[in-house]
Amino acid sequence: MFLIYPSLKRWLLTVLLALPLHCSLAADLVEPSVLKGLAGESNTERVESITALGQLTTPGAAAVLAALGAGNVLITSDNKVLLSVDGGKAIDPTTGETVVAPADAQALTLNNRLRSALQSALVSAELFSTQRSVRLAAAQRLQKEADPARAPLLERALEKEQDPDIKSALNIALASGAIKSTDAATRRRAVALLGDSKNPSFKPLLTAMVTPDATGNFSESDAEVRAAAKTAIAQIEWHQTVVSWVGNIFFGISLGSVLLLAALGLAITFGLMGVINMAHGELLMIGAYATYLVQGLFKQWLPAYIDWYVVAALPVAFIVTALVGMALERTVIRWLYGRPLETLLATWGISLILMQSVRSLFGAQNVEVANPSWMSGGVTILGSLSLSYNRIVIIGFALCVVVAVWLVLNHTRLGLFVRAITQNRRMADCVGVPTGRIDMLAFGLGSGIAGLAGVALSQLSNVGPDLGRGYIVDSFMVVVLGGVGQLAGTVVAAIGLGALNKIIEPFWGAVIAKIAILLFIVLFVQKRPQGLFAPKGRSAE
Amino acid sequence: MNVATMAPSATMSLSSAPTALYSPKAWAAIALVVVVFACLPAFNLLFPAGHPLHVSSFAIGLIGKFICYAMAALALDLVWGYTGILSLGHGLFFALGGYAHGMYLMRAGKASADIVPDFMTFLSWKTYPWFWSFTEHFWYAMFLMLAIPGLLAFLFGYFAFRSRIKGVYFSIITQALTFAAMLLFFRNETGFGGNNGFTDFKKILGFDITSANTRAVLYWVSLAALLGALVLGRAITQSKLGRILTAIRDSESRLRFLGYEPLGFKLFIWTLSAMLCAVAGALYVPQVGIINPGEMSTENSIEMVIWVATGGRGTLIGPIIGAGTINGLKTWFTSVFPEFWLYALGLIFVLVTIFLPQGIVGLVRKLSQRKGQTA
Repeated sequence: MFLIYPSLKRWLLTVLLALPLHCSLAADLVEPSVLKGLAGESNTERVESITALGQLTTPGAAAVLAALGAGNVLITSDNKVLLSVDGGKAIDPTTGETVVAPADAQALTLNNRLRSALQSALVSAELFSTQRSVRLAAAQRLQKEADPARAPLLERALEKEQDPDIKSALNIALASGAIKSTDAATRRRAVALLGDSKNPSFKPLLTAMVTPDATGNFSESDAEVRAAAKTAIAQIEWHQTVVSWVGNIFFGISLGSVLLLAALGLAITFGLMGVINMAHGELLMIGAYATYLVQGLFKQWLPAYIDWYVVAALPVAFIVTALVGMALERTVIRWLYGRPLETLLATWGISLILMQSVRSLFGAQNVEVANPSWMSGGVTILGSLSLSYNRIVIIGFALCVVVAVWLVLNHTRLGLFVRAITQNRRMADCVGVPTGRIDMLAFGLGSGIAGLAGVALSQLSNVGPDLGRGYIVDSFMVVVLGGVGQLAGTVVAAIGLGALNKIIEPFWGAVIAKIAILLFIVLFVQKRPQGLFAPKGRSAE
Repeated sequence: MNVATMAPSATMSLSSAPTALYSPKAWAAIALVVVVFACLPAFNLLFPAGHPLHVSSFAIGLIGKFICYAMAALALDLVWGYTGILSLGHGLFFALGGYAHGMYLMRAGKASADIVPDFMTFLSWKTYPWFWSFTEHFWYAMFLMLAIPGLLAFLFGYFAFRSRIKGVYFSIITQALTFAAMLLFFRNETGFGGNNGFTDFKKILGFDITSANTRAVLYWVSLAALLGALVLGRAITQSKLGRILTAIRDSESRLRFLGYEPLGFKLFIWTLSAMLCAVAGALYVPQVGIINPGEMSTENSIEMVIWVATGGRGTLIGPIIGAGTINGLKTWFTSVFPEFWLYALGLIFVLVTIFLPQGIVGLVRKLSQRKGQTA
């Protein structure tokens, strides 16, 4: 029932709505002794009663407090407290019964003193709530309010509190109030505490303390406190820098892993046949659509296992795209060996056909592919940086794919043949490597990896007919930078480009970052025209 | 449509000259085709609508557009067909030429050249930024139109050719260059109208840009430019320089061992091609009335390549035929079966590269040779 209450008004409203429910429960009743003060003569008695209600933390007490805030508390002539509801009826909070409101009952009006007591009571009702989330939200709200008058309440809450997170939140709330204290030592302690909190929202407050006004006076008179404030600001700023860099590196690696997945298949087909497959982006797209179809099948037939559809989509996407790739190789690309520029054009034509086919089959709109529950959400580190699970999973997945490709290329017979053909096609042919068949299988492997990449992409971005187009230029850049025929080159180039992109982005914006990277690549190939990890010796051209 | 007649008439003229592509007879045929095409706007102006000889303004606009495409294709043929450098970035030069002219057109239509266009008002720019200075002068804009793409091509080509980037690597880097430029021009802050580009042109050199007379003149200028480019291209490819370019295409390493440094030659033809393409773009913009970053998309540049491939590369006349054929088909498909156009274009890409490596011109040549043998 209790959520995080951003404001007092909403809090009251929610409690009011929950009123009938609570009144029907016996545990939600209020002792008559607590309420006696409300019907008393003096404001002091009433304040005591309100404070006592605030400490009760029962729903019944909360209902009375809410009614007080809304002006719905009636005092009868025999000093009973009733909570009026619509239609001339009233509820007796001590018994929970609904009675007819007596005609002579007076509404309890709040003066300023009572109102502030009520507010404190509401806050303390939250701070002493039995629910952790309510207590945490209240502590965090009080940090922002920074009211020194709340200090006794916070201290009492601190004594009772067990949860370390809420404890530190309460401490910071205390400090944000104490910063206005008249005692310099208290202020200094408070400032140090705020610095430790590393919360950037205190930065303006601290900056105001150390910034002189027009006449050169500081709002903070004590020099030591000012020095402490400066340290605290530096602490907060350092933390912000760390957070942003860790974030950039994470997103860079995430982008890099996506680029890696997209470019890995291309590197294999290009490395082997010297063919640029312009339809590679569309193979990614087919992989993503295969994921969509598998998701649909799971929804229809296996709704209980819907969370694992992504895992099932991996082999499906691999096989589908591998078959498409092999069909491509057999029907089109094999006729164009030795003419790389023509292959580029023909595969572009195929990409147009594939894209339009998908449009005809699934429509031009994006289709919806949902993250499974174990991939949604994220983990928050360093206080404010949230790393989403789908990105983390995809980084891990990219690593697995790289390892798998490495194993296939270096520890299988197919891999041996592929490497042989990459190094010297004619010689491999002479010693009996079935080059035609290996070409087809290797092309299937490269395409299948594109399919796997498509599954990963479907979890990160929109799935539509244009999905592949966005990645094609980037993955070519990776291949050009990484050099041909070297897995390590592709990995380093992909992660490097991804990280570089995300590091430049905050300074210059996404577009300039892209252009800068392109210029970097053009300048880089000046120095190393064969890419990062060029094959050396005889196999080099 | 008139476009459809363009390709057959040109090819027929070729089939009458089976042995040499540019025999005197063929030149005569080219001259005839040029005259026919030159007459079309006159028919548009002289005969009122409804008259059997009337050519609709729509057709004039369409053919004018195709002439600009043909010129871009011809420019691409110089680098790809003759020198073996496949550029997937000629759309960039085409668009840059268009933008340079567009800058002038944007200011020419305003009451005063200092009134900023709406997209600058939205950015709260009160005056034109520095790179717009003097663009209210037509001849300066024309200078920019040649200088900017030329300079960009020169610098890019210098770095790329110096490090001996060739083949598919070069193609891919040109594609990335175009892609990056497109992203740059999509930004509003770049100062070229962002997404919408330039449009709503009113006047060119004081004349109303929408009037039939102005459009006819633009058409004639485009046709003359295309003819000029053809003659220039022919002169270059027939010269000693042209032979070296062909040698670069066929075996760059061997040429190098013979003592030639290909860098200068490649740079020359690459820069010239970029500038020709820019001229085509500059002529294109006033005729279609809009220029936006979509012109720089990678798709557009690759489509240009297929014009050349379909017509027949390394022939100069082929790209013109190819541009006419493909764009004619595109116009027809997009009005009749819009959803099948990409299938058709994709098939053209595949079939032309596998079955028609020499394009339409090569096919006609082969057929006429066979006819000559049997006869």
